[in-house]
Amino acid sequence: MKRIDHRIWLLVPPLLLLLVAFIGPVTWLLSRAFTQPAPGFGNFVELWEHPVYLRVIWNTLLISAITTPVCVAVGFPVAHAMTYANARTRRWLIFLVLLPFWTSLLVRTFATVILLQRNGPLNAMLLGMGIIGQPLPLLYNMTGLLIGAVQVLLPFVIFPLHASMMKIEPAYMQAALTLGADPLRAFFRVYLPLTLPGLMTGATLVFISVLGYFVTPAMLGGVRQLMVAQLIQDQIGQFGNWGIAGALSLILLLATAVLLGLLHATVGLKAVAR
Amino acid sequence: MGGWRALRSAVCVMVALYLLAPLVIVVIVSFSAASFLRFPPPALSFRWYDNLFGDPGWMRSIAISIEVLIPASLSATVLGTAAAYALIRGRVPGASLILGCLMLPIVVPAIITGAGLYGVYRGLGLNGTRTGLIIGHTVLIMPYVVATVSASLRMMDARLEDAAATLGASPWAGFRRVTLPLLMPSVLSGLLFAMVVSFDELIVSLFISTARVRPVTVLMWSNVRGDFDPTIAAIATLCFVFAFFALLLEMIVRRRAGAEHT
Repeated sequence: MKRIDHRIWLLVPPLLLLLVAFIGPVTWLLSRAFTQPAPGFGNFVELWEHPVYLRVIWNTLLISAITTPVCVAVGFPVAHAMTYANARTRRWLIFLVLLPFWTSLLVRTFATVILLQRNGPLNAMLLGMGIIGQPLPLLYNMTGLLIGAVQVLLPFVIFPLHASMMKIEPAYMQAALTLGADPLRAFFRVYLPLTLPGLMTGATLVFISVLGYFVTPAMLGGVRQLMVAQLIQDQIGQFGNWGIAGALSLILLLATAVLLGLLHATVGLKAVAR
Repeated sequence: MGGWRALRSAVCVMVALYLLAPLVIVVIVSFSAASFLRFPPPALSFRWYDNLFGDPGWMRSIAISIEVLIPASLSATVLGTAAAYALIRGRVPGASLILGCLMLPIVVPAIITGAGLYGVYRGLGLNGTRTGLIIGHTVLIMPYVVATVSASLRMMDARLEDAAATLGASPWAGFRRVTLPLLMPSVLSGLLFAMVVSFDELIVSLFISTARVRPVTVLMWSNVRGDFDPTIAAIATLCFVFAFFALLLEMIVRRRAGAEHT
């Protein structure tokens, strides 16, 4: 008989905490969808029948779908520079990207509000340079939300991309170039496919983060950018409507799970801690 | 290739400005003499810091944040390290599945965790208590410790621990004298990040706190949504400085340990 590894007991306290303070409460919330106000699928029927709810769900998906490619496009060159810079520059770039990552989301979003105000520094600069004749409306609309969201989420694409790029043999690109591919073709046919694991991981992380976004749309977006997370809070805080809140939570969680499942099926889930 | 290099550098500079400009502006505005958020400020002063430190409401919130952060980050570090050690070194069936479950609090949107805790806490009278906040924060920040410590355990040579065992060290002595000292940098780095995450946590705290027990982020939240004055820029600056030093310390710990960031 194999002896039991006694180290297994070390798992009991953390798993107990997880069960009591996380899995339990989340399950309780999700189960409200089927129990309140009456048992059954009534809440889902209500969601389906009210265009308001559907519009918020659609909005949320749309905002995620817009934010993700923007993050990838902006993050890619930065990850590339980070990968091929000398050690000193790399350390600076990492510090630069990590600093906002460690700074409170609330603080950064508040800072963006000041930056984007009607008479804020960005508008003042653009006016001063004569690029615009009137202050641009940068806050409480899609523009503000996008500017704030990309800023917050850039590290989530930069670090996985950087990790992928570090693994690419420089010889591959050289071979493609020597064999006569022009640089652009070599990039799209050889380099880009090799970065796909990092790119997919980063894009998925951004997409699922935006799906559950709460602080940024509430502070930078307008009424038209109402997203699912805010709707859940309103349903509980203002109407005490736990059933609808549970149903919306279930949809949000399922969407997140499906995306992570797809990521797992394509590139495999590794510990994407940082 | 030259064109790409130039473009890449340009994007990096723009991103640097994009990431740092808002933070720099907040710091400057916090020293403004004007009573609204004008930039650049007409004159400089410390009045918003005086305002902040003279306001018992803000001071009480800062105190509550710290009273939650210390026990939560310490217990998350102990529990997270224990879990990582058991999963990576122990022969645990289904270890990777358990590891995945322990990561769930990062993956599940905070709004769901917050609403669930609020609902369950109602029956237990835990809403608006420090205990409730500590429990909630611990479960939210534990994954960061598990991730950091398990990554470093995977890179550590397990034969060092085997050697200790062969030489007659009990499992506990082996852990305390061999494993833990080698793990210390990543445990510390997990602890620092856990402290920062707890201090910054807003969404779950928003649900489970009340006007009497309100962490600083929740008070900031209720202030930024109305007409705000630069006091909020002062508290934001303090949060930023806290994060800055925590990150600096973490990078030093890592460099000392010789583990390069990847």
